[in-house]
Amino acid sequence: MSDIHALSGAYAVDALDGDERAQFEQHLGECETCRAEVASLQEAAALLAETTATTPPAGLRDQVLTSIATVRPLPPEPGEAPVVSLESRRRRRATAWLAAAAAVVVIGGGGLVWQQTHDEPPSRVEQLQAAGDVQRFSLPVGDGGSATVYRSEHLNEAAIVTKGMPAPPDGKEYVLWLQHGSTMTQAGVMPEGSDNKVLFSGDAATADGAAVSIEDAGTEPIQPSDDVVALFSFDT
Amino acid sequence: MEPVRPTGVDVPAEGGARSGAPDLVELLKACGRGDQTAFARLYDATSSRVFGMAVRVVRDPAQAEEVAQEAFLEIWRTSGRFDPAKGSPLGWLLTIVHRKAVDRVRSAEASTRRDATYHQQNQAVEHDSTAEAAAASLEARRVRGALASLTPVQREALELAYFGGYTHTEVATMLDLPVGTAKTRIRDGLIRLRDTMGVGA
Repeated sequence: MSDIHALSGAYAVDALDGDERAQFEQHLGECETCRAEVASLQEAAALLAETTATTPPAGLRDQVLTSIATVRPLPPEPGEAPVVSLESRRRRRATAWLAAAAAVVVIGGGGLVWQQTHDEPPSRVEQLQAAGDVQRFSLPVGDGGSATVYRSEHLNEAAIVTKGMPAPPDGKEYVLWLQHGSTMTQAGVMPEGSDNKVLFSGDAATADGAAVSIEDAGTEPIQPSDDVVALFSFDT
Repeated sequence: MEPVRPTGVDVPAEGGARSGAPDLVELLKACGRGDQTAFARLYDATSSRVFGMAVRVVRDPAQAEEVAQEAFLEIWRTSGRFDPAKGSPLGWLLTIVHRKAVDRVRSAEASTRRDATYHQQNQAVEHDSTAEAAAASLEARRVRGALASLTPVQREALELAYFGGYTHTEVATMLDLPVGTAKTRIRDGLIRLRDTMGVGA
């Protein structure tokens, strides 16, 4: 057994220093045997906590429950769908209605102040549009239409607002994606209609970008088809 | 959502057989959907193990509370990513807690910590009646039994790493083992523990 495999036990009990830990984690990405062994050894290590169970101070429960109330759980792990050069796909598939959109137009941040015209509370999209740190990215679509993505890191939300978006081909639908590094995660499906406001599901705060693709209706793709019709980069 | 109250009904037999506890897989799933009541139940079912381990590793009860709170927040945040196909809920969440505790101990490595607080830690455990109850529990006894089947050097290396938060290199020095040997002892010890307890197969 090579040295690196022998670190599985020490890794399972967090007994590696920072460099070794990083090295071994890289190795774990490539070694199914070590992944399985580490998982089983972590189970074993966790048993040790049975021998030290201690009632926590009563106040801890309230502190913990209060703190979680302000944090949204992350969406499920994205499928390991590497983004094979979305940019190039998009260039390749110059879909008719996006033909003119060579680049993402960053219109810039700045909160819209939402005006309360009814007694209804603002929708989440409206709150997002009004967020102090909102970013806004717009692309022309179709014949005079537009698709605008709003994102607030603070609210950890993103939404797409479409106007005059052409209908997808028969049997197809528009699917939303969030990009984290080289991974695309499905973030929802656009409802029918040309004018929509749709929140992305998923971790918008840390996303690097968003995309819309055309997919077979009713399927749950784990990565976008080649038919990416809009790509928004959150780099500003 | 309503303020969360103690549920009162699901406090498990502390340290009791794992199968007797509420279904942690279901609770974690519900947490992933944002169900704070489910999280309160998860807390009630696991907080003694979480806090007990944290206090054993970081020694200082106030810091252990902080570690436990950070860990629970992380557990809540990542609950939707728990995959029952990859391991048990307790294994998963205690791995998170342990990592936090060890990171804390290393970053807060005041040169005096380990000596100065050693006494404190022993007292904290001694005076806790639940810890005694846990010590008497069947599961804890089984684990102790399994630990007893390790060789002394395996057990020592494993305990220094897991509860002491020391790196395998430090453990080697502390036990006068050649560098690179402690990691083997730790791994062998864990394998023995795993196989004796029949987990993670």
